[in-house]
Amino acid sequence: MPALKHLAHLLVSLAVTALIGAFLTAALVRLSPGFGVDEHELDPTRDAPALRALQAARPEQGSFLAYAVRHTAAMLRGDLGVSRNWHRPVADLLRERWPVTAQLMAVGILGGWALALVFALPGAIHPSRIWDALAAGISGLLLCVPSAALALLIFLYAGPVRAAMALAVFPRVFQYLRNLLSHAAAQPHVMAARARGIGSGRILLWHIVPLAAPQALALAGVSVSMAFGAAIAVEVVCDFPGIGQLAWKAALARDLPLLVTLTMLVALATQLANALPGMLPVKGGEMRI
Amino acid sequence: MTPARSQESGARSQNKASAGLLSLDSCLLSPFSRGHLYARKLAWIFLALLLLAALFPDRIAGASYAHQFRDFPGAPISWRFPLGTDALGRDRLARLLAATRISLLLAPAAALFSTALATLIGGIAGYRGGLFDRIAVRAIDLMLSLPWIFLLIAARALLPLNVSPSVSLLIAFALLGALGWAAPARVIRAGVRDMRNSDFLLQARACGCVGFRLLLRQLAPNLKPVLLAQFWTSIPLFILSEANLGLLGLGVSDPLPSWGNLLRELETNLAFNPGIVACLALMLAVLGCFRLVLPKSTS
Repeated sequence: MPALKHLAHLLVSLAVTALIGAFLTAALVRLSPGFGVDEHELDPTRDAPALRALQAARPEQGSFLAYAVRHTAAMLRGDLGVSRNWHRPVADLLRERWPVTAQLMAVGILGGWALALVFALPGAIHPSRIWDALAAGISGLLLCVPSAALALLIFLYAGPVRAAMALAVFPRVFQYLRNLLSHAAAQPHVMAARARGIGSGRILLWHIVPLAAPQALALAGVSVSMAFGAAIAVEVVCDFPGIGQLAWKAALARDLPLLVTLTMLVALATQLANALPGMLPVKGGEMRI
Repeated sequence: MTPARSQESGARSQNKASAGLLSLDSCLLSPFSRGHLYARKLAWIFLALLLLAALFPDRIAGASYAHQFRDFPGAPISWRFPLGTDALGRDRLARLLAATRISLLLAPAAALFSTALATLIGGIAGYRGGLFDRIAVRAIDLMLSLPWIFLLIAARALLPLNVSPSVSLLIAFALLGALGWAAPARVIRAGVRDMRNSDFLLQARACGCVGFRLLLRQLAPNLKPVLLAQFWTSIPLFILSEANLGLLGLGVSDPLPSWGNLLRELETNLAFNPGIVACLALMLAVLGCFRLVLPKSTS
């Protein structure tokens, strides 16, 4: 029953976000400068009657409220509008580009987590100041480099550019993961297990990981958002035709219908990614960090 | 002093006593922590010296950041141009120092603005609770659910792009300050909620201290460590965000220099260039120093 209640709460929350997002989208598009102006009207060779004819030929948009309701209803039906810059349906643009972003994000999340585990696990099993300082130094260094500069540097040295994604996600995940694991490793029952001579591998798998699992899963949800942030920079500087690059081009071209639709979808996707780990049947102990 | 005032100051002095315990703790530091303290001091000295140098870029570099040496476009490192010149013949050292000045002065200003905004929203939400709290929490969740760089790009697109360099500079940092309140507001709200029913606030209320006086005289001093931590954490985040925005072409526009648009040279200058690497190294050093000078509880 609590799981069903949680699911219902999640669905209602997502629906409310979608509705608010759709309404805000409509508001921003309707109130944006130049809304409803045909670019042909800027042609100085057209005289007044031609301009009037153009304005008369334009479909009536109605009041703001009518427009917002119509726009929201269209979005809920799956009609995401038409991009001003590309003159194509937004849904088509997203369909073409999402595989590129998904692939980059997968590389970023898997690679970043693998690196974070490599650096965080040994510190949790056998705490060592030297290892901690080394890991903190590397992650701190990577945290100080803009993701776009990281991708450019890897490109400059002919390295695998997708690795920039993993290197951008790693330090952000590592900091939380290290704290999680080291706090789990410092719990009294783990110390008792050590005192009884239980092996490190067994302690890790049976005592530390189960304790840290719920928070680590929540962190996995948050890392989707981190990976998308890194994907924008990497796609732009490396010319990957993904959704991040689409957002950047929409920003440069002030393509508001596309940009606000993207904002709504990204907010929905990240909220879903953040909420999903809470739905999984993983139980862990109480741990304060 | 009225009895109410003396009781209020008594409540505050309890917190000062706990601060005294902290200073006693600092006397019993391990060698590792003492090393961290030395590193913090060095970081402060480095930042202070760098700010001093960045305040007078023309004196140190011998030229303005916008001055073009038209006979020396793309000049390599030399005594005259210690970091070389860019493709337009501008001294890279002068530009780097000017960019450093911009980052070191405007990022703290933006951090101050976002912390003030977060204090206002998080403080009122945590103290009052109820509907305002629920709305504030929903707004914070919505802001935090969007990737930071995406939020910046989307918000930047809503503002004019074709503006003068100084306006683009103000827009970039004002945007960082205006959008960066959500994460600090969540922390501050939690801090205020913890304190709302504490004994010293109860005592202050019983003495007749309510409203803004309570917020300013009782809550704010006790939230000072949290506020300082949020302020210091925001500075490197804003410097990095400005650099990312600049690299994406949405930050400060030419000819004003920023670390972001200096690093953009990497896109066109694909050969190894010590001048550009120096920009990156200085940025790393500054951000590293900011991480070192963070209050220990946040680092």
